[in-house]
Amino acid sequence: MGEDRYALNKQLAQMLKGGVIMDVTTPEQARIAEQAGACAVMALERIPADIRAAGGVSRMSDPKMIKGIQEVVSIPVMAKCRIGHFVEAQILEAIEIDYIDESEVLSPADDVYHIDKHKFKVPFVCGAKDLGEALRRIQEGASMIRTKGEPGTGDVVQAVRHMRQMNSEIAKITSMREDELFEEAKRLAVPYELVAYVHANGRLPVVNFAAGGVATPADAALMMQLGAEGVFVGSGIFKSGNPAKRAASIVKAVTNYQDSRLIAELSEDLGEAMVGINEQEIALLMAERGK
Amino acid sequence: MKIAVLAVQGAFAEHIDKVRKLGAECLQLRCAADLEQEFDGLILPGGESTVQGKLLRELQMFESLHAKIRQGLPVLATCAGLILLAQEISNDDHVYFGTMPVRVQRNAYGRQLGSFHTVQEFAGIGTVPMTFIRAPYIEAALAATSDVYHGNDGSAEKNETAMCRQEEAGISSRVEILARVDGRIVAARFANQIGLAFHPELDEDNRIHEMFLRMCL
Repeated sequence: MGEDRYALNKQLAQMLKGGVIMDVTTPEQARIAEQAGACAVMALERIPADIRAAGGVSRMSDPKMIKGIQEVVSIPVMAKCRIGHFVEAQILEAIEIDYIDESEVLSPADDVYHIDKHKFKVPFVCGAKDLGEALRRIQEGASMIRTKGEPGTGDVVQAVRHMRQMNSEIAKITSMREDELFEEAKRLAVPYELVAYVHANGRLPVVNFAAGGVATPADAALMMQLGAEGVFVGSGIFKSGNPAKRAASIVKAVTNYQDSRLIAELSEDLGEAMVGINEQEIALLMAERGK
Repeated sequence: MKIAVLAVQGAFAEHIDKVRKLGAECLQLRCAADLEQEFDGLILPGGESTVQGKLLRELQMFESLHAKIRQGLPVLATCAGLILLAQEISNDDHVYFGTMPVRVQRNAYGRQLGSFHTVQEFAGIGTVPMTFIRAPYIEAALAATSDVYHGNDGSAEKNETAMCRQEEAGISSRVEILARVDGRIVAARFANQIGLAFHPELDEDNRIHEMFLRMCL
């Protein structure tokens, strides 16, 4: 991947900012998502809540199913591959996916190495719980970062924790003396140049979205007020009572995330939210996959 | 001078940075109440036109902005913004503001693998960097054109009523073609509206924004 291509891939993420990326499993859901105002869709066979319920190994989706979704929407289409599974990524690149999510939601294919994303022309988004993870993924070639949340739970607590952790580490680096950055780079196990970038700019060098457990307009606005540049919503929409209405409300809440009167209106009559599982009730913490 | 930037979705922060760097004030448009303030120009940023078009209506900003554009408010529209201005979209049934007599094709270069960066001539400015992200291009002008590159003058005149209205206002009614890449129109001006298929807000060069701010004086 040339420098130009990496820049273009980071820039596509910039175009998604202020938007909502929605998990969809069928062309019909993809259409509902697009009409509700999704800025991109994530095509997958099972949404995280069902992956969690079904258990077992979960893999990249059937390319035919992904192509079916590419055909019906005009917005960018993303798809997930397993951590470290560069052949699944090659397949997704071959069908011209717009963004690959190297995702902990699927079963990891490699428990040591992530994909060398520099080898690809298509962009990658990766999850991160803290600044070190984010910068390691960026060093490997990720052009967008998201929190790891805890997918399929409808519990936003982990996304909040990751976003706060990231922000506080960034703030700490910004306030450091320059001669302290070398040690910080060692501590985070990342290259000095990336730490120097964060020190100079007070932000990640790529766009940072919130993901995992967002189920309501209020959840989405919470993540935006905490500094997310946009939001992924997975199970929260199509596991709820009225997906179209909930999706449209979350989109508007992300645009006007500081307008509490509007968010109050948007939160009315949304029907049943996804049931949700509390963090303490789950056996499998997906966020612990891939560090 | 105050420039309003549509801030419902997309890369609006990048435009705001540019405009502030050039010394103008910025106003973010997120809801109808934001339109109560006065402003001298409007920027329609990149992002997803389907999302922006929908939010413009649902957040009750569409009618008011539409009227302002028709009355001659200077507009700089990039990528999705160009789609919002276009009178026709060849591969989409939607029309949003429809104030610029051009036919555009959405995602005309294909998916993300078709995105590219180049440096090309821009009328009146010289060579400028151009970043195309899942970009559209202008298939055709739907009014008379003046084209500095091809010397053709006066093609289709489908949009006579709009032309008359503009001419009464003393504004040129021609679609001025400002840049081409591989023969395709990627920048055009009609009256006070500039539509670009690419993203000047993503490159260091400020000259297109400077040109726009001069239009807003």
